[in-house]
Amino acid sequence: MIVADRKKIPEICGMIENHRRVLLVGCGTCVTVCLAGGEREVGILGSALRMALRLRNQGDVSVDECTIERQCEDAFIDILAQRVPEYDAICSLGCGAGVQALAERFPKVPVYPGLNTQFMGILESQGVWTEKCSGCGNCRLGEFAGICPITRCAKRLFNGPCGGSRDGKCEVHPDLGCGWQLIHDRAAGLGILDRFERIVPPHDWSTGLDGGPRKVVREDQCIADLCSRA
Amino acid sequence: MNDEPLILAFCCHYCAYAAADLAGSMRLQYPGNVRVLRLPCTSKLEVNYMLAAFERGVDGVIVAGCLEGGCHFLEGNLRARRRVERTRQLLAEIGLEPERIEMFNLSSAEGTRFAEIATTMVDRVKRLGRSPLRPGQDRIEQEVMEIGRQAEAMLAEDKR
Repeated sequence: MIVADRKKIPEICGMIENHRRVLLVGCGTCVTVCLAGGEREVGILGSALRMALRLRNQGDVSVDECTIERQCEDAFIDILAQRVPEYDAICSLGCGAGVQALAERFPKVPVYPGLNTQFMGILESQGVWTEKCSGCGNCRLGEFAGICPITRCAKRLFNGPCGGSRDGKCEVHPDLGCGWQLIHDRAAGLGILDRFERIVPPHDWSTGLDGGPRKVVREDQCIADLCSRA
Repeated sequence: MNDEPLILAFCCHYCAYAAADLAGSMRLQYPGNVRVLRLPCTSKLEVNYMLAAFERGVDGVIVAGCLEGGCHFLEGNLRARRRVERTRQLLAEIGLEPERIEMFNLSSAEGTRFAEIATTMVDRVKRLGRSPLRPGQDRIEQEVMEIGRQAEAMLAEDKR
């Protein structure tokens, strides 16, 4: 799941203050689950923004609210298409993909991010989300006992822990488990520690962000003209 | 009356609402600035309801739930306390004083405490001054009535 959290109210006010009619658009998928951008959070932010703008003597800026099922898919954005001409700006409470999907669909309307997209992660406990995947495009969890050294090791090491590992904790933060300690413990439990006797070659980072914007194509599912779209 | 603050008290049915009733039965005197809104439990209260009260222009909000450990629904009041805390953080971001909202815990037998809470909050909000979002006196009373109507509708919806 993509995890995000809300930007501070003054920052959002600063983005929208020069517009007259602003539509807050929530997303019903990942950011609803991580309690950042679903219907309830849109309601809270809408109320907070209207009050903050009035306190800045900008009460003439109207802020309306809506939430669509999924901001990252054009078919769901169709629902917004009729309403958007009434507004001169959109503030998206979707992840970065949602913000850009809206921006692509409505080229003449400024679209501002209301959230800071954080990472792909899982629910650790109620109200706590943890990063688990960096989306490097070349998954090697099978080699590392199911624990990702790219995401879980602060230095992204592939051949064991650095000198900063102390009592199973990372030097970056005392609460942060050393990724390589976790890999070692799990591998020991699985009886595959001998796997780490060979040197792991460097990672091919070209499948990650270093390779530029990525694309996944499933030709068997493609409709030709849509697939050719940039 | 125009300069008097108006405070909305979200009161749990099992404690604060009964305590307010008891305060009346005991003929206790406390400022008449508090409008009571009954909830089945303070955990029914979401952050957006508290914000909505401030958006409509109330000067202060009391959230009154059972004593900790004594919630009819076990931990509803503990959840409410966290939501009140989040609301306070949001008010600070918005630019309103977080002191305008506070959660109190009391039992149904504490009519005197209810009167004290009402007095405390009225005094505090008087010191802070009227909310800059406050509309005229007639309007604010209507707004509070509307909040009450919406709450009743919501509770009726829940019972269905």
